[in-house]
Amino acid sequence: MAAQPPNKKPAGRAGMKKELPEKFRSYKHVWVFVELERGKVHPVSWELMGEGRKLADKLGVDLAGVVLGPKSDETRQAIKETYHYGADVCYICEDPALADYRNEPYTRALTDLVNTHQPEIMLLGATTLGRDLAGSVATTLKTGLTADSTELDVDDEKSLAATRPTFGGTLLCTIHTLNFRPQMATVRPRVMAMPEPDRSRSGRMVWHSLKMDEADIVTKVLEYVADATTDDANLAYADIVVAGGMGLRVPENFRLVTRLADVLGGEYGCSRPVVQKGWLPADRQIGQTGNTIRPRLYIAAGISGAIQHRVGVEGADLIVAINTDPAAKIFEFAHMGVVADALTVLPALADAFERRLGRRAMAS
Amino acid sequence: MDAPETPTDGLNIVVCIKQVPDSAQIRVHPVTNTIMRQGVPTIINPYDLFALEEAMRLRDQYGGQVTVLCMGPPMAEDALRRALGLGADKAVLITDRRFAGSDTLATSFALATALTRLGADHPVDIVFTGKQTIDGDTAQVGPGIASRLELNQLTYVSAIDTLDQGKGEIVVRRRAEGGVQVLKSKLPCLITMLEGSNEIRRGSVADMLRAARAELTVWSAEEAGVEDVMMCGLRGSPTVVKRVFAPSARDEQAEMVTVEGKQPAQIGDAIIDLIFAAQPKLEADLSAALN
Ligand SMILES: Cc1cc2nc3c(=O)[nH]c(=O)nc-3n(C[C@H](O)[C@H](O)[C@H](O)COP(=O)(O)OP(=O)(O)OC[C@H]3O[C@@H](n4cnc5c(N)ncnc54)[C@H](O)[C@@H]3O)c2cc1C
Repeated sequence: MAAQPPNKKPAGRAGMKKELPEKFRSYKHVWVFVELERGKVHPVSWELMGEGRKLADKLGVDLAGVVLGPKSDETRQAIKETYHYGADVCYICEDPALADYRNEPYTRALTDLVNTHQPEIMLLGATTLGRDLAGSVATTLKTGLTADSTELDVDDEKSLAATRPTFGGTLLCTIHTLNFRPQMATVRPRVMAMPEPDRSRSGRMVWHSLKMDEADIVTKVLEYVADATTDDANLAYADIVVAGGMGLRVPENFRLVTRLADVLGGEYGCSRPVVQKGWLPADRQIGQTGNTIRPRLYIAAGISGAIQHRVGVEGADLIVAINTDPAAKIFEFAHMGVVADALTVLPALADAFERRLGRRAMAS
Repeated sequence: MDAPETPTDGLNIVVCIKQVPDSAQIRVHPVTNTIMRQGVPTIINPYDLFALEEAMRLRDQYGGQVTVLCMGPPMAEDALRRALGLGADKAVLITDRRFAGSDTLATSFALATALTRLGADHPVDIVFTGKQTIDGDTAQVGPGIASRLELNQLTYVSAIDTLDQGKGEIVVRRRAEGGVQVLKSKLPCLITMLEGSNEIRRGSVADMLRAARAELTVWSAEEAGVEDVMMCGLRGSPTVVKRVFAPSARDEQAEMVTVEGKQPAQIGDAIIDLIFAAQPKLEADLSAALN
């Protein structure tokens, strides 16, 4: 069982909670920044739209999507889909200067939009683009930003409560932005569930112009080199994931993890120290600072279940933990557990699956 | 204390570093659930080392000076000395009780203020930071500094392709989702360096000796140039931590597979039975997908 939460006194400004300053009282509605890069919307934007819808409904306000991009069919398509995923309104800025992501014009467009239309909450994906933009926008607006939130809610006072792990591996904290607006938060991809789109939905459009010339923008994109996607780990979106942690002790033992993943037609991953040791590449890391996964089946072998790992796997439908320590934290959130040596159980499980599914794995 | 001397030619580069607890050694108090920092060794935030190395490479190639800047408690001096030992030229610590409890907005305020003072005689050409810290993990302080000082912001940089000092132009590779942007920008700029982009040098013996004896510049909030201390620390932080708590265990306890007296093959079968009992559709889908 987890220990009782320490009954900490609210720190800092929470202790000096006062009425929201007059100038922020008109701030209303929930916004989601729709990340459109090179014609494609990052799925995290729709995940946030689902979450933003819940917040907006609780607050009894509108949900808006902010779409920035060049004038193009893709931008128009993104606007349509923004409604499908739950928006009532779209704030749109179409300009050739917004074709490729650059901090300067994007920060300008988004801060101008916020200052003009005054949302109370603004959510962005914690991608490279979202983090680059959120930091600039929050600083320009001098407001609070909670990075990498794992849970969003509104409290009794209608203020955004953003929860994220704290340092140290066991605790979570809930962060508020009490006296400033908008309340900003970023969320990593896959942390929130993908909502079902409703293709019949539509909404209002509000147009905005960039008021910036290409000549005013210092940074130029000389080239864009797309990743060779073929052998990329598609861990975040895999249906079945098998992962190993420090309990496997030596890099060679990760063959047992990859074999089981192969047998199941799934992906393999690991905890952070495995990456830090250089045993597996960084794109295989699962957890707060790696991939967040939402598979139908997650098998974790030799992983203790630190909070930073937990928040990255809790969206899994079924978590099976293999660990020699019956007191390991992972058993507090796994659905099934085996207290046994992963070096024995992993191959046994791979063999048993092969027998059951009637197929010999190609790579064993 | 006076600002360290700035170079009259070459690049004036400042690297912001943070001292963090060595996460591998963190222990949590079993009863109070709070982090036990006492006795935990500290390190330079590992991501910052890539920034420091890149800064020193530019200095070695184009001349100039690398100053490391850190906000933290007095003991953060250790981190600065380590950076000097690796080859940084100057070190500045800004330390003040009133900085305590800073969130990212208050942190970028304090660092940007000190950077302004550091650039008073000879403007800073490039500010480097790591991609993020391993403790806060927000990746927001770099962009915050860039916004405050109106520096061209270049985040997640994996390589600096060219630097033309005469024109003040820089070309970098920036990691984006799904690809790499090659960006041309201008100095002054702020660069956050991606991990793995270089390999930190081992300091020379001469640098280590110099580091041990070096006099660091230590500034209070006022000395760093802060005019309004309400902008610092807890009071300057718009975000508030309302609650710290341990995650609760799942309501239903994990179903445990008994292993006593079983052969590995039987354990394997027992686990699979449980998995397919919980997820009946999975068996059919797996068989269909694999055969
Ligand atoms: C800011 C920050 C971000 C972080 N982000 C992440 C992240 O994204 N992802 C992540 O995973 N971690 C992250 N961490 C690290 C995290 O706190 C833990 O340190 C880490 O998850 C532990 O990895 P582990 O479970 O593999 O190793 P350990 O904690 O060392 O656990 C090893 C486990 O293996 C078990 N074991 C030993 N031998 C066997 C055996 N033969 N068979 C079966 N079990 C065995 C042990 O009982 C133990 O439970 C982060 C930490 C910080 C501070």
